[in-house]
Amino acid sequence: MTFLGKSANDLVDLVTQGQVDAKAIAQQSLDAAESLNPQLNAFLQIDREGALARAASVSTGALAGVPMAIKDNICVRGMQASCGSKILGDYQPPYNATVIERLLQAGAVITGKTNCDEFAMGSSNENSAFGVVRNPWDARRVPGGSSGGSAAAVASGIVPVALGSDTGGSVRQPASLCGVIGLKPTYGRNSRYGLIAFASSLDQVGVFGRSASDVATVLGVIAGRDPHDATTADVPVPNYASELKGSVAGARLGFPRALFGEGLEVEVRKSVLDVVDVYRQLGAEVVDVELPHASYAIAVYYIIATAEASSNLARFDGVRYGFRAEEADELRQMYRKTRDEGFGAEVKRRIMLGTYVLSAGYYDAYYRKAQQVRALIKNDFKSAFERCDAIITPTSPSTAFMIGEKVDDPLSMYLSDIYTVTANLAGVPGINIPCGLSAENLPIGFQLLGPYWSESTLLRLAYAYEQLQPFKKHPPVFAAVPNSI
Amino acid sequence: MPINEADIEKIAKLAHIDITADELQTFVPQIAGIVTYVEQLNAVDTTSIEPALGGLTPAGEATEASRADEVQPSLGQKIALSEAPDAAAGHFRVPKIL
Repeated sequence: MTFLGKSANDLVDLVTQGQVDAKAIAQQSLDAAESLNPQLNAFLQIDREGALARAASVSTGALAGVPMAIKDNICVRGMQASCGSKILGDYQPPYNATVIERLLQAGAVITGKTNCDEFAMGSSNENSAFGVVRNPWDARRVPGGSSGGSAAAVASGIVPVALGSDTGGSVRQPASLCGVIGLKPTYGRNSRYGLIAFASSLDQVGVFGRSASDVATVLGVIAGRDPHDATTADVPVPNYASELKGSVAGARLGFPRALFGEGLEVEVRKSVLDVVDVYRQLGAEVVDVELPHASYAIAVYYIIATAEASSNLARFDGVRYGFRAEEADELRQMYRKTRDEGFGAEVKRRIMLGTYVLSAGYYDAYYRKAQQVRALIKNDFKSAFERCDAIITPTSPSTAFMIGEKVDDPLSMYLSDIYTVTANLAGVPGINIPCGLSAENLPIGFQLLGPYWSESTLLRLAYAYEQLQPFKKHPPVFAAVPNSI
Repeated sequence: MPINEADIEKIAKLAHIDITADELQTFVPQIAGIVTYVEQLNAVDTTSIEPALGGLTPAGEATEASRADEVQPSLGQKIALSEAPDAAAGHFRVPKIL
């Protein structure tokens, strides 16, 4: 029996009913990871020994025996956490992130750590110190970023579900470019303890999967208050899986017409407009909404995210962990050399930009101004959600672009996140759902954004869409590895 | 405001990053371009708008974040030092400071 390509929920049934040994599932997932990694470079570490040992002891739980890939900026004890950076390299965190503790308690089997843009800064995975991830649909193209490895691992069938992190779209945009579901929960829905910080007021751990029901299962496991993260909110966690199948008739879907204009690829626009019609068929009411300040979101984001990053990444100084430059005989020289040699270009660019916007004389002009416009963006959503239950937009303005196409033009790369950053600035949840293929056979996705704590609604809308318009297409490498048993 | 080489050198120093002459040549136009782009925010009237500090939702703000002031288990010295590039005699050793 082959398990690759099966849903997480199906695997859980097989394991908990005693029909299949979790070890056999892990074995196939590990074989697939090892066999496809030379092509995809999706994994930075594949933990065969650890995963098989773990699988041998698993027979119960909401994720019993489900192989999972984890972005390499989330701490898993006994595995590396490089953040795609030379400055951390093979750093092994001595503790588990809270989301990892919860996955393990639920019986998940972590098979590996996935490649990503360095410190989650990027939209193409080209900023990894360990090489670009290749899009499973077309190896000449990027998988999106920054959680490109997790997206590619799910799209190619190596694992049914994976974790990433989303600071400005880093789960939703690669999910769109790889043709899978990607959910960024509400800020505070799950713990950031053990997620290596990029921009703390925006970061959130997110979930990749190939179906809404698998994503619902994983979210149900990782969501909830954590005393280790003071920003997690004391809000009850619904049973996402049981709330999935309700009707969406009568749901009000907000349509922000202005976001479907300039800069959006024609095929993407058409595909997402078709989705709006599908929701009409499902009985949803489509209402016009406006997000008047959305066009300022990228500018606000690149001030706030870089400011927070310049502070968060100050801890990487060659003293307590990771890489230290040699041949420095004085402390400050050691800091400067370590950070020069340890960080890649994009990380340096963002640290310097963040240092600039926070520096004396510029704080009010840039940082305070950005926080004010952030307040306006939050208000835009508040007003819009008085009129609708969810807002539909494209996830990415384009399908997967060519490796190298945007590397020399950071600003053009930043605009890849134009539809996704608003959710992080406002703290609202967002989800990418695949909705078609372009003429070049590349996935197209749409995004649903909802009010705070509306993950159940978003997943229900995603599930309803899946029932009517199932995205059954897979990249050529999907589950390409033959049954190894 | 146009950003020049001297600005980038000053910022790099503040950020404790050595940058090479080549990097300087690349970063000056790139960072200047990004700063020009973000300055479009000047067009937004934010008079009397309170800045949104942090990312918390109203429910997040209402959540009690403090805990009892009690000693909790921690990593301990050995594990805390285990990933250091140069740990010695129970501490982090660094090059001379003065």
